[in-house]
Amino acid sequence: MAITPPSNRLWWKEPVHGIELGWIVISFLWGLFMFFFMIAWHFIGQQNLSTETYRIKPESFVTKAEEFAEKYQATDSAGNKLEEDGVPVVRPPVGSDIYLVSRLWEFWPILELKKGKSYRLHMSSADWQHGFSLQPTNINISVHPGYEHIITLTPTASGTFGIVCNEFCGIGHHTMSGRIRVVD
Amino acid sequence: MASIADGATYGSGVGTTWRTCRFSGLKIEANAEALIKANAVAAVLFLALGGLMGLMVALTRWPAVQLLPADWFYLVLTGHGANVLLFWIIFFEIAVLYFASAVVLGARLAAPKIAWAAFILMVVGAVMANYAVLRGDSTVMFTSYPPMQASQWFYLSLIIFAVGALIAVFVFFGTLVVAKAEKTYDGSVPLVTFGAITAGIIAVFTLASGAIILIPTWLWSLGLITEIDTLMYKVIWWGMGHSSQQINVSAHVSIWYAIAAMVLGAKPLSEKVSRMAFFMYILFLQLASAHHILAEPGMSSSWKIVNTSYMMYLAVMGSMIHGLTVPGAVEAAQRRNGYTRGAFEWLTKAPWGNPAFAGMFLSLVMFGFIGGISGVVLGTEQLNVLMHNTIYVPGHFHGTVVAGTTLAFMAMTYLVVPLIFQRDILWPKLARWQPYIFGLGAAGISLFMMGAGTLGVPRRHWDIALADAAHPFEFPAAAYLMMGLNGISAVMAALGGVIFIVIVVGSIFYGRRLDTANARLTFPLHDKSREAVSQYGSEGTLKLPGTLILVGIFFTCFVLYYFVNWKYLSELWLFR
Repeated sequence: MAITPPSNRLWWKEPVHGIELGWIVISFLWGLFMFFFMIAWHFIGQQNLSTETYRIKPESFVTKAEEFAEKYQATDSAGNKLEEDGVPVVRPPVGSDIYLVSRLWEFWPILELKKGKSYRLHMSSADWQHGFSLQPTNINISVHPGYEHIITLTPTASGTFGIVCNEFCGIGHHTMSGRIRVVD
Repeated sequence: MASIADGATYGSGVGTTWRTCRFSGLKIEANAEALIKANAVAAVLFLALGGLMGLMVALTRWPAVQLLPADWFYLVLTGHGANVLLFWIIFFEIAVLYFASAVVLGARLAAPKIAWAAFILMVVGAVMANYAVLRGDSTVMFTSYPPMQASQWFYLSLIIFAVGALIAVFVFFGTLVVAKAEKTYDGSVPLVTFGAITAGIIAVFTLASGAIILIPTWLWSLGLITEIDTLMYKVIWWGMGHSSQQINVSAHVSIWYAIAAMVLGAKPLSEKVSRMAFFMYILFLQLASAHHILAEPGMSSSWKIVNTSYMMYLAVMGSMIHGLTVPGAVEAAQRRNGYTRGAFEWLTKAPWGNPAFAGMFLSLVMFGFIGGISGVVLGTEQLNVLMHNTIYVPGHFHGTVVAGTTLAFMAMTYLVVPLIFQRDILWPKLARWQPYIFGLGAAGISLFMMGAGTLGVPRRHWDIALADAAHPFEFPAAAYLMMGLNGISAVMAALGGVIFIVIVVGSIFYGRRLDTANARLTFPLHDKSREAVSQYGSEGTLKLPGTLILVGIFFTCFVLYYFVNWKYLSELWLFR
């Protein structure tokens, strides 16, 4: 029994039965497959989280993002600067560096991207930790203060996408949201 | 020789008394018995408190109910995590460690006074943590990620609790040394004790990680340190946070073996294989902190891949082996007990009316199918982006910790009450149903949260309608349905939890006494006289068609679910 010492004192010399051995081999090979599949996805897959990260002071990141938003804020045909819910809509050039600040309790600013084009998205937090959760696409990335994370992002669908915070960040956590617009 | 052995056993146990359990034949020392009782009672009380908090959380996340206001929701959620994930589980684990050392080996408990000191420290820590949370200034969630700051009492309480638990683990190791020195057993330690040693070793690593990160964080909350690096905190904190869950895995796998042995007379198919599987846990299972850092900036991909896979999934292999050997041992034992017809007579005629067996087998199945598979998928470097910090994550760990660990611990309690408290289980009809009610509720919570998570519902979130958000976003109707079903499942699990606590507390105080002559157990232990003469195990021939079919189904589900998630991933926006 499992609650008594092994009946055979030399239990390590007992042969292993074929059923167990077979399952061990299957488990081991499946484990190896899953391990190497993660590595393989770095070569064959299109979804690999970038590790490009720099340390930055939260205030410096906010300043950079504000300069970015002012430079590329979208305008309508009459030349008026566009805003949604009081937040500037930014229309950066294709392939450029774009900035998204996470802070209590918003993702700022609203980005307008082109479908199928790549952008270098810089993310960092101005205060606490936040969670960038792009919906309904369901891409979830953590955002830290003091770390500037750069991801090359290519939207593959057009429409309006929500950003929800999914890292608890205090009493206003459930009001923290943002928006990304993707146009054809 | 016999007289020397007797002398060693009884002579050095001066000041303590022994009794022999009439049902199990186990030799039980008074100090060990008292400490198992104390730790088990504390565990159940914190389960009651934490479970109540869990019900309130689930009812708040049921959009149609939304029981608590936002500030209370976050407060209660913080308390829920600490009470069930730390206090219920670790108190019970200490009871399991004392049981697996002193009781299983028939030894005296080493240093009972120190064991009591450890218990008091743990109680002080647990009560202080609840005080800190209920004061309202420590609503930082169980994980307390900086720079969000709790009151100093919160960090201090966890440190005190961890120190107490660490001392208790060393009392366990001391008891092993005593048992060895006093020759209370012959040959190698039993498998259950081996599993408990695994849990103990992982516990030391875990509690040390906790101390390494919580002590500076406590000093930071006192203003003595100016800054805690957020990324470093996460890496080390999860060295405690995730690895502590591996203590649970080792403990509840040991309990599976123990219950199968006590209720059915099961013995391991192969001691070598089962022990190797536990050894894989010791070597690799502690890595795991990467599971929480896969969607984080700043850590390299190679570190993530090695760490998140527990070094090429060798620890997962350990769990998969137990997934074969535990039902295999049950099948072999049942076949020896005479249930040999077809592939599944051993299972259909198993003692499903015994809550210890029913709880154990449900725990085994749900831990593997729900908690295990989702855990591997969630812990795959790239797939993690699909569900990081969504409510899929609590879905996964309710599959492991509630449907797996908690149900196994509940099942074990149905044996601890008669064997240690010497009281029979009250209300056997209710007890018979309890594992099913709780198990079904726990399975529901896990699956519906996982379902909602795949639809993007965030965890730790008061209002998925985002009513007060600057930029409204509407989750699909299916997400609301899932959260409602999660609420209903939580009510069911809570009902199962209440029944459990009522039965256990009632039995301890009012159950029929079992220390009288002719007393019988309502839920009997294994009766050796029913065994057929045939042998099984490594020496005998072994035919386990039922177990093979079960693991075949498991493996198919595993592979299919794994690839379905890669397909989901490949449909996302591109990022690199």
